[in-house]
Amino acid sequence: MANVPADLKYTKSHEWVRVDGNLATIGITDHAQSELGDIVFVDLPAVGAEISQGNSFGTVESVKTAADVYAPISGKVVAANAGLGSASELMNSDPYGDGYMVTIEMSDASQLDGLLDAAAYSALL
Amino acid sequence: MPGGRTKRVPEPKLIFEKSRPGRIGCNVPRCDTPEVDLSKALGKTRAELDLPEVDELTLLRHFTNLSQINYGIETGFYPLGSCTMKYNPKVNEATARFQGFANLHPMQPEATIPGAFEILHGVQSMLCEITGFDHITLQPLAGAHGEMTCLMLIKAYFEARGESQRSVVLVPDSAHGTNPASAARCGYDVKSIPTDADGNTDLVALEKALAGEDGQKVAALMLTNPSTLGLFEPNIEKICNMVHAVGGQVFCDGANMNAMVGTTRPGDHGFDCMHLNLHKTFSTPHGGGGPGCGAIGLKDHLAPYQPVPVIRKEGENLVADYDRPLSIGRVAAFYGQFLMEVRAYTYLRAFGREHMADISRFSVLNANYVRARLKDVLPPAHNRPCMHECILTAEKYKKEHDVRALDISKRLIDYGFHPPTNYFPLIVPECLMIEPTETETKETLDEFCDAMISICHEAVENPDLLHDAPSTSVVGRLDETLAVKQLDVRWKRPQPVGV
Repeated sequence: MANVPADLKYTKSHEWVRVDGNLATIGITDHAQSELGDIVFVDLPAVGAEISQGNSFGTVESVKTAADVYAPISGKVVAANAGLGSASELMNSDPYGDGYMVTIEMSDASQLDGLLDAAAYSALL
Repeated sequence: MPGGRTKRVPEPKLIFEKSRPGRIGCNVPRCDTPEVDLSKALGKTRAELDLPEVDELTLLRHFTNLSQINYGIETGFYPLGSCTMKYNPKVNEATARFQGFANLHPMQPEATIPGAFEILHGVQSMLCEITGFDHITLQPLAGAHGEMTCLMLIKAYFEARGESQRSVVLVPDSAHGTNPASAARCGYDVKSIPTDADGNTDLVALEKALAGEDGQKVAALMLTNPSTLGLFEPNIEKICNMVHAVGGQVFCDGANMNAMVGTTRPGDHGFDCMHLNLHKTFSTPHGGGGPGCGAIGLKDHLAPYQPVPVIRKEGENLVADYDRPLSIGRVAAFYGQFLMEVRAYTYLRAFGREHMADISRFSVLNANYVRARLKDVLPPAHNRPCMHECILTAEKYKKEHDVRALDISKRLIDYGFHPPTNYFPLIVPECLMIEPTETETKETLDEFCDAMISICHEAVENPDLLHDAPSTSVVGRLDETLAVKQLDVRWKRPQPVGV
């Protein structure tokens, strides 16, 4: 069964969000990486870029397919996981840790209220 | 074990590894011109060129053995979904080799090639009748090229009408990846339309995408029918009407035309244009990168923009018409892949009008037979009859036995069959997409279904058999991830030890 940590927020499109003050870290879920298969390439936004809720902010390419990753919430990118450039497999092996995609400064924290909690996300799988 | 190879074939050596200095494989005639020093002519010595040197017998065995480990439609069943790997009758090859066709030169004066124009015009006329379109253009060199050409025509059409604000192309989420790629290549923004629970285009989502100002931005909807779920879109007329009502155009991806030939016509469904893969549906061979032909069909309103030259009748003669001021220009050199048209012409004439529907009837029958025989071990993604291919899901084996669709496909190689398409369409979990085509016998379908049923039992009783497959092929399970990340296709001579 897919790992769904209790302390994160989720989207129906299989992204997760970890909130720390006004910062939010975003990645794709364990279920998503398992469905994609081995990830071979990741396209991330530049630091400073604005991402907006519901729109694609990056692409993940696996041996099976290429998939857009959608912003769960809006904000400005303060860190993009450069480590994925040479080690995209981290998204498979550690999707909630070293395999994160970006950290953003949230522009509207109330958007978090519309996201799923672990129980609601697990029910979708 | 039923069918197929039962032991692993030794991995063949490369021709470079068989090479020995000084060996010669051909008997060159005595030189009657002044000899030229190779290193002076090429700037490289024979040793620097590093070409393989083998005798004739070694060479012959090398390529004969390589050909024997190849797998193709002429060695076995090839149910690769969405690819229509039908048998291409040998008579097509015979006609394509007629001296009068094979020795034509593309720069020959038009007056000397009426026979070639007859072939092109004949294929155009027959495809018009089969698809229900007013015009056919044979130039595009592949399916995706045909898609892109259709979008270029739609773009030219809207520019001529002063509707350049139409910047969006709608593509269902079940579409072939080439659809959004073609739209993006033509400068359009792509918007995805979801599929409903029955496998049809989600009409509520489509209505929303066409509503108000959004509708005025829509240039086209690209729809595959039957869809990549192997299902005929029952709302096809309604969908075309909805898009037309807001001024948009509707393109039919004709990759799945094999399900409709002689039975129903996309031109009658309401489409404005479509592409055809002659290399799938009309039996001009494909695989290995071509040459293909992505012919396109058009309604009258798009015809002014079609690529030049247009082969058409003028009085009693056929002419190549270049005088078309609104044309988007050429999309291929000369007339496209001419010898492919000879093959398609032969295929079409061999069936004739009266037997044309056999293509779609038997391809649909075969797919439904496979679907029915496998439904207890591999449930279909949708509970209704399929068209020319069936979409099955191996989800239960993944959940209960950690066996994926990929493992089932790899095991199928051990049984001597080419695997079906895996993981497409993306919206079906652990998807296996099987397209048997009309050219297979019931006996072959039964052998394949027996193998699939046996593999599904193995998945429950001995899943490692599947995890470790294939075990009888020249190479075992490949590390596809490593291959993608560190693509290495060039052999390098091993360095001598101690250097």
